[in-house]
Amino acid sequence: MKYSIFSLARAAFSGHKNWQRAWRDATPKSHYDVVVIGGGGHGLATAWFLASEYGIRNVAVLEKGWIGSGNAGRNTTIIRSNYGLPGNTGFYELSMKLWERMEQDLNYNTMVSQRGVINLYHSDAQRDAYARRGNTMRINGIDAELLDLAAVRKMMPFLNFDNARFPVQGGLLQRRGGTARHDAVVWGYAHAASALGVDIIQNCEVTGFVRDGSGKVTGVETSRGRIGAAKVGMAVAGSSSRVAAMAGMRLPIESHVLQAFVSEAIKPLIPNVMTFGAGHFYVSQSDKGGLVFGGDIDGYNSYAQRGNLPVMEDVCEGGMALMPMIGRIRLLRQWGGIMDMSMDGSPIIDKTPVDGLYLNAGWCYGGFKATPGSGLVFAHLLARDEPHKEAARFRLDRFRRGAMIDEKGQGAQPNLH
Amino acid sequence: MRIVCPFCGERELGEFTYLGDAKSARPAAGASEDEVFDYVYMRDNVAGPMSEYWYHGGGCRAWLKVARNTLTHEISSVEPAAGVGAKQAAR
Repeated sequence: MKYSIFSLARAAFSGHKNWQRAWRDATPKSHYDVVVIGGGGHGLATAWFLASEYGIRNVAVLEKGWIGSGNAGRNTTIIRSNYGLPGNTGFYELSMKLWERMEQDLNYNTMVSQRGVINLYHSDAQRDAYARRGNTMRINGIDAELLDLAAVRKMMPFLNFDNARFPVQGGLLQRRGGTARHDAVVWGYAHAASALGVDIIQNCEVTGFVRDGSGKVTGVETSRGRIGAAKVGMAVAGSSSRVAAMAGMRLPIESHVLQAFVSEAIKPLIPNVMTFGAGHFYVSQSDKGGLVFGGDIDGYNSYAQRGNLPVMEDVCEGGMALMPMIGRIRLLRQWGGIMDMSMDGSPIIDKTPVDGLYLNAGWCYGGFKATPGSGLVFAHLLARDEPHKEAARFRLDRFRRGAMIDEKGQGAQPNLH
Repeated sequence: MRIVCPFCGERELGEFTYLGDAKSARPAAGASEDEVFDYVYMRDNVAGPMSEYWYHGGGCRAWLKVARNTLTHEISSVEPAAGVGAKQAAR
């Protein structure tokens, strides 16, 4: 069905009792042209781009739980393209442009809100670093503005500007950045992909790969039986190493837990997405009024989808340094997701050494903003067997070649990215 | 998560810093490029019981070898990492 003002009015007059399902909950067929493992944002976006851009409609998305039950439903919903290194700048701007037309493309309200992302700076050195980043962005055709103290004061008068240790001096603003409704993104891609014939198969856990005599992957074993496939793509985030191990591969990835937090609802306060530059704290306010915020990963390997108190304390301290008045707001919810931390902090989208198996992983804790871009470039790789031009640097062998894309310059220590 | 340091007793997680998998051993000086690559970049990324290095920076500043389950965060053993500290702990 197509959503429009007319379908909304029709449904309103019938008491909203006659809405059709947004997408089909399919049962597996015996064979597909492409099987995508992982029914999160990236997997569903990949399936939609395969069907809409590359004309491959005999596609299944396999999800071990329900779609969007992993990191797609656990993030802080921030979208931006303020990266600094070749490879990242082009790719994330491609993704940003796809966010800007997503609702029209998918015929689904994903609540994309370009409310701006501002990174605050607190020292002269940090201002210089942000000026450099902003210039890098602008050279690459991405919008960026360096704001001075007066401009930030006008935009966010409620900040603790006179913090003795970390005074706010200004910020780097990307006006086109903002937030999107994460669950709606999952459902929007499911809605649009399903309409083009993609099978979305839930409660279907991949338990192994089917391979022929030459070692080529020809399908997957699942909890709902064997499913044949000409090509298999993995988009399983924190589970990448576990799924790759079923094909006998080790990856340059560690799985770490990242926590996110929501406060009780308050009146409109924070007009944008903002980050504290002297610690690690990022926050926006949801339409329901809750402050949605997060910080660093916990820092130890984990598959547990829950974190510990020291990081919670650190994140809340960051918030308090910027906005002491939020100290009396109660924390409502907190949760954890499992991040596929790569060795340079950048993603891997490539063919694997195993014929017929394709990898989309290493998103660290920045996967949400990449959702549409990731879907497009992974679909391109699956359809054409060659990398999309904006993902040409995200190769699996770049670590061996020394062609790292390390935004933070931390080296092969994933918990520092 | 709390870690029972063999030198300091039970301490909260914030006192400790994580290094990573204790299984991988630094290759010898004459090792091949493949071995060095494997050591620096590739990970088992264990889902289940894992042996790992933690540093007790907020306490005795000793390196510890901790056996912990990455699926549950349950810690089954903590011992001093190989080196001077291990000898002192044994005394």
